[in-house]
Amino acid sequence: MIGLRLYLAQRISALVMAPLVIGHIAVMIYAVQNGLSAVEILSRTQGSLWWGGFYGLFVAAVAVHAAIGVRAIIYETFGTHVRWLDPLTWTIGLGLFLLGGRAVAAVVL
Amino acid sequence: MSKQRETELYRPGETLAVKVWRGNANGGGFHAYTVPSQESQTVLDVVTWIQQNAEPTLTYRFACRVGMCGSCAMMVNGEPRWTCRTHVKKVIGDKPLEIAPLRNLPVIKDLAADMAEFFDKWTAARGQFQPSQSRDDAMAAISPDEPRRAAANAAIECINCAVCYAACDTVAANPGYLGPAALNRAWTLQSDVRDDAFAERLDAVSAGGGCFNCHSHQSCMTYCPNELNPTASIAGLKRLSAFSYLTGGKSR
Repeated sequence: MIGLRLYLAQRISALVMAPLVIGHIAVMIYAVQNGLSAVEILSRTQGSLWWGGFYGLFVAAVAVHAAIGVRAIIYETFGTHVRWLDPLTWTIGLGLFLLGGRAVAAVVL
Repeated sequence: MSKQRETELYRPGETLAVKVWRGNANGGGFHAYTVPSQESQTVLDVVTWIQQNAEPTLTYRFACRVGMCGSCAMMVNGEPRWTCRTHVKKVIGDKPLEIAPLRNLPVIKDLAADMAEFFDKWTAARGQFQPSQSRDDAMAAISPDEPRRAAANAAIECINCAVCYAACDTVAANPGYLGPAALNRAWTLQSDVRDDAFAERLDAVSAGGGCFNCHSHQSCMTYCPNELNPTASIAGLKRLSAFSYLTGGKSR
């Protein structure tokens, strides 16, 4: 069950993600083409507010977008009772945010 | 199906193999019948022949027989169709013609589906016109070229046959979803300058089971016998609701 606010949150997070996905792919191609080692990558990302902000925002947008999408899939596939949907959405969103945040922290801090 | 194939399979003067679902809310199954083929025979003609000649207790629903009343829709070879305007030669295949009650609705008996849920959702989407003027006021002058009127006109010819409702996979997976017909009706009223329930209807169509559940599969558009596009109407409601919310036009 998707209402107005969830719909808007999913569309706005998609808007945020679109340029970030393109930026992420461009960075991956650059890193591979230039044969950057892990040490060289970490030397660019560690302590960088820019890369922390870039991937931090990416993780936040993914957590919102995917949690709402998976909510709809779970509801329509398993007929989950409506009362479980909000806790389920929050759990998925927070789980993704923590996992992604951990990865960002690992390369930025 | 090619014209040649249609001709091979359809032979007026001979017989048709037909399977009709018979049963009730507790269950049922397909029964086989042999029906004489006729020129320009519709699926409703086939059902009527069976009821009049082979199975007097067969229950089905129809009224106008000319595609106006929307009461004769059934599943034909697994697809929802208005049976009075569906020629047998358009749908016949290698297997017996299979006729069943509409998908996504409870069965009352045989081919008669229970439409209560369909119309309850139509009401839940505030499908009723709410007049903004009384009979004493002058008649509203509305130009057919006015953009909102043009948007309403594009969606207004719905006959409430529930073909779109039966075709919709989102309805199948999400029983609380209002469905394409109810939301299409709401869109026509949101586009009607004479209507006085714009905000209330926007609340109704943007709530939990409303327009935001549509995945834009477009089955409603594919199967609508009147060639309407409820997916576009639902997209219009999404736009209206979202912009209204973002601009402070509504509270939800």
